[in-house]
Amino acid sequence: MAKVTMTVNGRQVSGHCDDRTLLVQFIRENLGLTGTHVGCDTSQCGACVIHMDGKSVKSCSILAAQAAGSTITTIEGLAADGELHPVQAAFKANHGLQCGFCTPGMVMTAVDMIRRHQGQLDEATVRAELEGNICRCTGYHNIVKAILAAAAEMSGARVAAE
Amino acid sequence: MGVEGIGARVARKEDKRFLTGKGRYTDDMSVPGMKYAVFVRSPHAHAKILKVDASAAKDMPGVIDVLDGKQILADGIGNLICGWMIHSKDGSPMKMGAWRPLAHETVRYVGDAVAIVVADSVAEARDAAEAVVVDYQELPVVIDASKALEAGQPQLHPEAPNNLIFDWQIGDESETDKAIATAAHVTEVTIHNNRLSPNPMEPRAALGIYDAGDDHYTCYTTSQNPHVARLVMSAFYNVAPENKLRVIAPDVGGGFGSKIYIYPEEIVCLWASKRTGVPVKWTSDRTEAFLTDAHGRDHVSTVKMAFDANNRIIGLKVDTIANLGAYMSLFSSAVPTYLYATLLSGQYDIPAIHANVRTVYTNTAPVDAYRGAGRPEATYLLERTMETAARELGVSPAELRRVNFIRSFPHQTPVIMNYDAGDYEASLNAAMQAADWNGFAARKAEADRRGMKRGIGMSCYIEACGIAPSAAVGSLGAGVGLWESAEVRVNAVGTIEVLTGSHSHGQGHETTFAQLVADRFGVPIDSVNIVHGDTDKVQMGMGTYGSRSGAVGMSAVVKALDKVEAKAKKIAAHLMEADESDIVIENGELKVAGTDKAVPWFQMALAAYTAHNLPAGMEPGLKEGAFYDPANFTFPAGCYICEVEVDPDTGRTKIVQFVAADDFGNIINPMIVEGQVHGGIAQGIGQALLEGVHYDPSGQLLTASYMDYAMPRADDLPSFQVSTSNTPCPNNPLGIKGCGEAGAIGSPPALINAITDAIGNNALTMPATPQKVWAAAHAAK
Repeated sequence: MAKVTMTVNGRQVSGHCDDRTLLVQFIRENLGLTGTHVGCDTSQCGACVIHMDGKSVKSCSILAAQAAGSTITTIEGLAADGELHPVQAAFKANHGLQCGFCTPGMVMTAVDMIRRHQGQLDEATVRAELEGNICRCTGYHNIVKAILAAAAEMSGARVAAE
Repeated sequence: MGVEGIGARVARKEDKRFLTGKGRYTDDMSVPGMKYAVFVRSPHAHAKILKVDASAAKDMPGVIDVLDGKQILADGIGNLICGWMIHSKDGSPMKMGAWRPLAHETVRYVGDAVAIVVADSVAEARDAAEAVVVDYQELPVVIDASKALEAGQPQLHPEAPNNLIFDWQIGDESETDKAIATAAHVTEVTIHNNRLSPNPMEPRAALGIYDAGDDHYTCYTTSQNPHVARLVMSAFYNVAPENKLRVIAPDVGGGFGSKIYIYPEEIVCLWASKRTGVPVKWTSDRTEAFLTDAHGRDHVSTVKMAFDANNRIIGLKVDTIANLGAYMSLFSSAVPTYLYATLLSGQYDIPAIHANVRTVYTNTAPVDAYRGAGRPEATYLLERTMETAARELGVSPAELRRVNFIRSFPHQTPVIMNYDAGDYEASLNAAMQAADWNGFAARKAEADRRGMKRGIGMSCYIEACGIAPSAAVGSLGAGVGLWESAEVRVNAVGTIEVLTGSHSHGQGHETTFAQLVADRFGVPIDSVNIVHGDTDKVQMGMGTYGSRSGAVGMSAVVKALDKVEAKAKKIAAHLMEADESDIVIENGELKVAGTDKAVPWFQMALAAYTAHNLPAGMEPGLKEGAFYDPANFTFPAGCYICEVEVDPDTGRTKIVQFVAADDFGNIINPMIVEGQVHGGIAQGIGQALLEGVHYDPSGQLLTASYMDYAMPRADDLPSFQVSTSNTPCPNNPLGIKGCGEAGAIGSPPALINAITDAIGNNALTMPATPQKVWAAAHAAK
């Protein structure tokens, strides 16, 4: 049992866990943040994507202990003051989700993707970037649409702000 | 239609919770004292269990108990069953072998559950599961269905000699043989329909909670039909009587058929909760899902299609062997029979059809319905055969289909189904136009100049949805009725709850069912809540599969709304001293037509509950229920066109365009319908291009992770061009046909027809991997 401390969604949290505890288990079981999902055992599906120190990370591929001291954002921490993040809003407007299970990972991946590309995305790039996130419901059509719409909106807002 | 009514493109009410991490799936559930289960599973595809020794495991840290097959047998928990009786053509009933929730004598596939370990944590349970020593005596294995029928092969169940479950037929064999004998041309093909793993992204899970104080069980589980789960667990598995068993299917992360069935794990978790005195939660990992979720498809068929001199089909003869795996899953017998062979007429006027189907036990995971269930197999068989015939006859694939289309309705096929409405030419024309079929030659020439092989293929599908008229399916062997129930509760302040026996696991019922109410009463959808998935809240229901929630589930809601509307009008008429026949409901008000008199909806509702001033003899309250039993199946149909480019150097197929033109009848929410089509097409493309379950000859599953089983990813797929036409279904009040499975049904043959067109070789099986396509392309040279 190790004591692990990290900042999650803006709050410092601690918990005791086995050394072998994965970050995703720590988030789900210790912190009760069940929006982060486990869809496979081989870090392929991306349902567990969170942000660690600003970058998207599959939380099934890292130990909780390795994340000690880091700053984590989970899907629960993305919307500010009850307002959906532009990526969340775009997924809703474009029907980019059905059963919702892959959705948290998709959204967290999309936020990081848009950030890295500074909102300059095209369909081929979005599809290539989604290589690590599997959805079985949507055929990706509306997920791609939602990410492009969110990227356009966010980069438009960024340009306007500059 | 109003901004939120029928036909409106309303964004989903349920989205916010999924987008913010507030969805509540079974594995998210936590109750005080809860412990975790891991199953000990057979590593052998076929073996005798000589001994289960859990003594070391029980001493390991955190372990509460280890329970095995002898204990569950001693406690009287019953066998898993198949709920649809099929009789062989000799009149004998299907040969159902025993499926124990925990095997105690014989294991028959890799993954067969042998024992359950309950511990303080998943990790401790897993450690202990590895310490359970099971002494197996290995037996010979057979995984191929055709081979399993041969003499001298390993026998899975003593009840089923030669592993044959049933040998069934439909149609008129002598008329079909006559047609073939007199035909101007007979096209003969062998069709393989590859075995698939459904792969909803949420793995199956179950939380069993036994309350000793009330002798009552609660089961949270990943089910498409919690009421059926309760019925089966109560009536057949002897877990608990229905009044002592509550089944809750909360948010469910996709199903695609695989979550219809009642599996061993939920039964064992409930039983183990009583045995251990603690709530027991089990969550499948992905490898377990590949091993134990019911697989789909796995047919091999030979086909003879007979044509007269005018290219009209005069007969179709099909011989199919269907692999049902090691045990008969809940609806496994219906899939290769009444959900398959009854659709072999396709969109075509075929006077004589005969199909023979043999189903077979093998040492593989059970096979049952997967998105489309039987209808993709029928469509793939027919549409590959039509394409082959067009090539043999030297006519265009579109013309061959046109010549044979059914053009008047109702149409009685020779294989039971009575098509009620359709316009197949409209879908074909729409698809060809959207795909710019006539411009293909120029695109092909351009691709040739780049050294790429371009091909185009089509598929005209029909399916039967709205499952199903209870008396009809009862006469065909179904153990249940396939109606649906609804209850509409108007609260005293006018807000509304709709209780439905349908279950949403991605389909958006919380929005579309609310749209029905908004349409009827002019109230905002935010004032309407849809309640589903809990046997304590909704009395009874048959669940969601077979694209039945719209055609059947919503029809039940419509019937209940009719009753609510009638009573609401009576109350309003009384309050306004008007005749109830003059009352109209618009924009949240009950008005006297032609006057300015109106009562707001909420005021009428309040009057129903204060009961201070109701018509004489009227009961207080406003709550109505209905059961709806469909009069017929519904028949969605359409045309899909796929255009591909194959790289002759690598065999890689790129889909350059995919067009779907569907006739779903009336549509409640086009945005959701399009989403269903997109997802279906992706699964169909997955089947045709990527996916395939593979066992090695010893029965080890080689495709047991996402590293080995090729799921469609975003860059495997194009964006889709989808459109709909509409011949309303005449057999339900909303004119709905259903849209959930069409994409998975129509797309595989369109894709394979396109690839075989591109490479000039018709001999290609699914999945058309680059290796197979390269070999076929080079064999064609």
